Amino acid sequence: MKILSSITLAAAAAVILAGAAPAETNRANTLVIKDGWTRETAQGQTAGGGFMVITNQSARADRLMTGSSTAAAEVQIHTVSMDGGVMRMRQLRDGLTIPANGAVTLKPGSFHIMLMGLKRPLQRGMTVPITLQFERAGSRIVRLAVKPVGATGATGAKGTHHDGD
Amino acid sequence: MTEIDPAATTSLKNLRVLLWIVAGLAAVIGLLLYAGSAQKNIPASDYASAFGGPFELTAADGSKVTDKTLAGKPYAIFFGFTRCPDVCPTSLARMARLRQQLGDEGMKFNIVFVSVDPEQDKPSDIGSYVELFGTPIIGLTGDDTQLAQIKKGYGVYAKQVPINPAQPQGDYTIDHTAAIYLIGAKGEFVSTIDYHEADSVALDKLRRLIA
Ligand SMILES: [Cu+2]
Repeated sequence: MKILSSITLAAAAAVILAGAAPAETNRANTLVIKDGWTRETAQGQTAGGGFMVITNQSARADRLMTGSSTAAAEVQIHTVSMDGGVMRMRQLRDGLTIPANGAVTLKPGSFHIMLMGLKRPLQRGMTVPITLQFERAGSRIVRLAVKPVGATGATGAKGTHHDGD
Repeated sequence: MTEIDPAATTSLKNLRVLLWIVAGLAAVIGLLLYAGSAQKNIPASDYASAFGGPFELTAADGSKVTDKTLAGKPYAIFFGFTRCPDVCPTSLARMARLRQQLGDEGMKFNIVFVSVDPEQDKPSDIGSYVELFGTPIIGLTGDDTQLAQIKKGYGVYAKQVPINPAQPQGDYTIDHTAAIYLIGAKGEFVSTIDYHEADSVALDKLRRLIA
């Protein structure tokens, strides 16, 4: 709860800051997004997760606020928790903080972008462009490579290591 | 000081009661131990009725699949939904990979995926979903009553919750048990594979399942 309320506070502060200085003016290339990928989906499967590494090379924290994509009705920022053997997915309504001079990895079992309401199945080899909105860095386009359903990371088709955390 | 006597009688009574309790407990423990050792002799079919139990679900082609249909071959059964972001594809892909690692033995058990999201996942959707994994997987679902029955039998937790708690009528996700249940050829519970368990451990369990 402490974390939640500090996130809320930070979000409130961020909104004030964003209001004071339009984010679009800060386009310095200090925010780097790499290794965007997603998993192939089947007909009738209307959602998919998006994963990537977001590095913030500036001395100020940034925040991933929202996103959009022509491939889906909605792009949300989610997290997954595993507690007592039960998987729970939740939306990060206050966005995701990218710490100053730090990086956040969006990966299976953790933070991810959720493509909600897929307009058509994502097929292996395709690239899905999504626009992410950052509080300071503004909007950024990320291309998600569509990997086999068994992929656990951006590289390698199968992923030999089971990444549990 | 005259109160000492009744107090002493009371404590004597208490002692007697305590002794009876201890004797009773010992008897119960003895019985439990006996039952525990005798459990090995219970036919698997009887044992199965304690876990899992009967169920009836619908396959991708619309046909009915029951506990009896699946009996005769061990199976690994997992509960989830096709919009599941991670645990479901990861677990099913992992089962497919483990099966491959078992070589010819890998086909000695079925992989079963039960969607607990009948609102969203139609049987044919589940069929096309399981096809992604490149190995035969039996995709099942049912109506609320049928799903409630198998969830209860397997002790599976699955609950629809709004993705955004502030919008209870908005889009939902499903909190659900992430374990894979390993069921023997007679429907008996054998083991579970946990999400965070190493592949080597999971492989050992599968080898035992099909032994
Ligand atoms: Cu999600």
